[in-house]
Amino acid sequence: MILVWLILVPFLAGVLAWVSGRGSRAWPRWIALAGISLDLAMAIGIWAGAWRTGGPEAGRWLVEFDRPWIDSLGIRFHLGLDGLSLLLILLTGFLGIMSVACSWSEIQDRVDSFHFQLMWVLAAIVGVFLALDLFLFYFLWEMMLVPMYFLIGIWGHERRIYAAVKFFIFTQISGLLMLIAIVALYFVHGGASGVYTFDYGALLGAPLTASTGWWLMLGFFTAFAVKLPAVPVHTWLPDAHTEAPTAGSVVLASLLLKTGAYGLLRFVLPLFPEAAAAFAPAAIALGVAGVLYGAVLAFGQTDLKRMVAYTSVSHMGFVLMGAFAGTPLALQGAILQILCHGLSTGALFILVGALQERAHTRDLRRLGGLWPALPRMGGMAMFFALAAMGLPGLGNFVAEFLVLLGTWDVSPAATAVAAIGLIISTVYALWLVQAAFQGPERVATRMSDLGLREMTVVGALVLALVWLGVYPQPVIDTAAAAVATVAATMPGRAAR
Amino acid sequence: MNATTLVLLGPLIAVGAAVVVLMIAVSIRRSHHVTAGIALAGLLVAFLLLFRTTSVGPRGVGPLLLVDEYAIGFTGLILAATAAVALLAVGYLDRLEDQRDEYYMLLLLAALGSIVLVSAAHFASFFLGLELLSVSLYGLIAYPRTRAEAVEAGLKYLILAAASAAFLLFGMALVYARLGTMEFARMSMTAADRDLIALGGVGLIVVGFGFKLALVPFHLWTPDVYQGAPAPTTAFVSTVSKGAMLALLLRYLPGDVVRAHRALLVVFTLLAIASMAGGNLLALQQRNVKRLLAYSSIAHLGYLIVAFLAGGDMAAAAVAFYLAAYFVTMLGAFGVVAVLSTPAREAGDIDDYRGLAARRPWLAMVLTAALLSLAGIPLTAGFVGKFYVTVAAGSAALWALLIVMMVTSGIGLFYYLRVVVAMYMEPAAGGIGGVPAGRAPLAGGLALAALTVLLVWLGIYPGPLVAFIRAAVAGVA
Repeated sequence: MILVWLILVPFLAGVLAWVSGRGSRAWPRWIALAGISLDLAMAIGIWAGAWRTGGPEAGRWLVEFDRPWIDSLGIRFHLGLDGLSLLLILLTGFLGIMSVACSWSEIQDRVDSFHFQLMWVLAAIVGVFLALDLFLFYFLWEMMLVPMYFLIGIWGHERRIYAAVKFFIFTQISGLLMLIAIVALYFVHGGASGVYTFDYGALLGAPLTASTGWWLMLGFFTAFAVKLPAVPVHTWLPDAHTEAPTAGSVVLASLLLKTGAYGLLRFVLPLFPEAAAAFAPAAIALGVAGVLYGAVLAFGQTDLKRMVAYTSVSHMGFVLMGAFAGTPLALQGAILQILCHGLSTGALFILVGALQERAHTRDLRRLGGLWPALPRMGGMAMFFALAAMGLPGLGNFVAEFLVLLGTWDVSPAATAVAAIGLIISTVYALWLVQAAFQGPERVATRMSDLGLREMTVVGALVLALVWLGVYPQPVIDTAAAAVATVAATMPGRAAR
Repeated sequence: MNATTLVLLGPLIAVGAAVVVLMIAVSIRRSHHVTAGIALAGLLVAFLLLFRTTSVGPRGVGPLLLVDEYAIGFTGLILAATAAVALLAVGYLDRLEDQRDEYYMLLLLAALGSIVLVSAAHFASFFLGLELLSVSLYGLIAYPRTRAEAVEAGLKYLILAAASAAFLLFGMALVYARLGTMEFARMSMTAADRDLIALGGVGLIVVGFGFKLALVPFHLWTPDVYQGAPAPTTAFVSTVSKGAMLALLLRYLPGDVVRAHRALLVVFTLLAIASMAGGNLLALQQRNVKRLLAYSSIAHLGYLIVAFLAGGDMAAAAVAFYLAAYFVTMLGAFGVVAVLSTPAREAGDIDDYRGLAARRPWLAMVLTAALLSLAGIPLTAGFVGKFYVTVAAGSAALWALLIVMMVTSGIGLFYYLRVVVAMYMEPAAGGIGGVPAGRAPLAGGLALAALTVLLVWLGIYPGPLVAFIRAAVAGVA
């Protein structure tokens, strides 16, 4: 039942925030903050409980919830939580708090409705990480879209409507392809076993011919690749990230993209192991292409938010690589990368948002020399830029290193090429700091440095990243069982 | 005529009697709200009588009608939808100067025709129901007779409906000439298959269906009629009149029979693809919300034909569920239009909807829910409907049609979102002249609230309805 509450609490908090908005602007903020904090607390509680009982084991859900929903079609309300989902839900709760906090002063228009949409999207994301019925998964997957669309379209920047519609159509069409694949899988499994069900556990054993498996895998892969995003279906991302309000960018980059990565690990690899193994070289190539392409384009941007958005493309390339390399090391790296990218990119978006609130521009050509005026912000930006480029001692380094190490066994060439991405990332990270904070001062207005609320938000993110960089073992242990399960399904990867 | 027959015909008699009572009441004294009350009471009595009908079991009434679970289910749907239209019409007609009462008589007659259609077992009752429906619709469409567009729409519908009826009649004549029967149950497609003339007759009948269902390329009347007709009538045309025809088609020309005959399969596949692509692509160009919804309804009928083609119980259940979801959704969408419109000026232009969220937040929310349901987004009935259609088409391995459906409905998102964007993200524009500010009329507001609750309810917990539908269609199609 606690799994249902994990989804319901943010959603109810959102409804409450909306209703309370009649009275004042402060209520929705506090209610949303309380709701998502409660969610995080519940997730931490589950985590602590799991360790007391000996930690997650392979092939077993830590917590499960299973009720009939639409019986006549074999649809159940089936939720389950293992180490992988748990980590992602912890991330969702943590960044959910950050996204509420970073909107505190930025959002002044329709505060009630904003927090309703924000909580709604967070609830749907938590649900996606928990769903073990393919209908339910698709239901929640699509449910993420609407609030996100409104977040971008109503509270976004200049070209918000274009960005919102593009985001919606990209993800919707790719989602519909996944729907066809889900339905096809349902019939393949039902036809062979006589049991028509959308249950994940049952479908894992669906007997697939090579070509059917290949097509169905592609259906799922398309949906997740768009969300991830993988080159060449990433084009919605720079627009959506750039135009979204800060909280929207944080949720998009740190959480929504992760649902794509999660989908690869939870569905594509275990459901279609043979097809995925056959497809792996192409997917790894796409991942490497993403790493390089994103990094090069990030360096070329003049809009700060767009620049951070392209670094996302680059970092998520590592996730794609790691997932399809399929060795336990690479999978661990991919999961760590998911978490660290969520933290570091979220922080960068928060900083850019704070900067825009003060300087009223994100244009690098009009910024510069901000360090004397904003020393705290400059220092923080420096820190997260270094994290993004993979400085040892911070989480991203561990993650990218593990991915490269794990991929080496599968494809040394891809590993070597992807490593070049690390060099380019150094260039753009330094360029970001240099162009905005160093050099001659170009912004005339007087600005106040990061305040207590902002420092708390960013400080928490700093601590989390340092922790993941110095002592990632608890996270690795939590994910180990899930990683072992996934790696075991891929032919010939578990031993490496 | 015995007691059982009376019970079987109960709902039909109730609706018919309500029309008579209305006529008498109006001749004594005209009072709009009393008239509306009588009409609604008649619909309610008919609906309650349905429960009595179920207990008698599936029985034919002579050779003309067949009253079984299937017919009863659709009759219930028609009655409920008609009641919603009547509720929406109350507020709309309040703003008409004179002659408000006749609207309800025509509406009930149209409902009567639709009920005859879904229970028809014979060419004669089929045509009778169809004409009863069409002729009432001429009046309903041209009802605000001082407004030129309404009269134009009525005239257009009259000419095209009459032409399509001619096709239909000729088709029936050919089939009768070769097969020697007018009872559906005694016709066999296998016999028709070897006979070019009979097959031609079936083709002509399909053309007649195409007109009524507004499938591309027989859709030309749709946008004009939707735009010109008073909004409550538009709601009726887009739901009840199409639903009744589709129910009849589904029962007597089931998808697996169609797929067994190459020519028919090709025709229906092309109709489905043309409707999905045509409806969605043409909607992109529209700046009028009523026209936009017209093209959207064309596309939705295309999706329905995809499910219909799958054949078997699964497909019949999917079509029935989708129809129910589509009814709720379209009534909600046109309900908002009806609340915003007046007989003198239909709220069609997209400018009328700009900034609606700020002025009328509840109406904007209802319309958003309806549009998202049309787009098939979760938490709405349309999502479950679309999923069901996908499952049905998957059961018959119609992958190519499914991919067309997914791609075109993806394109369709764009125009639904445009209305949402206008309501939420753009400031109110000028030219809202006809749109009155203030509260929705009580009856219309109630109907909209009920429809919205239903729309979300079906989107979250469709289990009971699915179970009911599966029981009702079992063995019928």
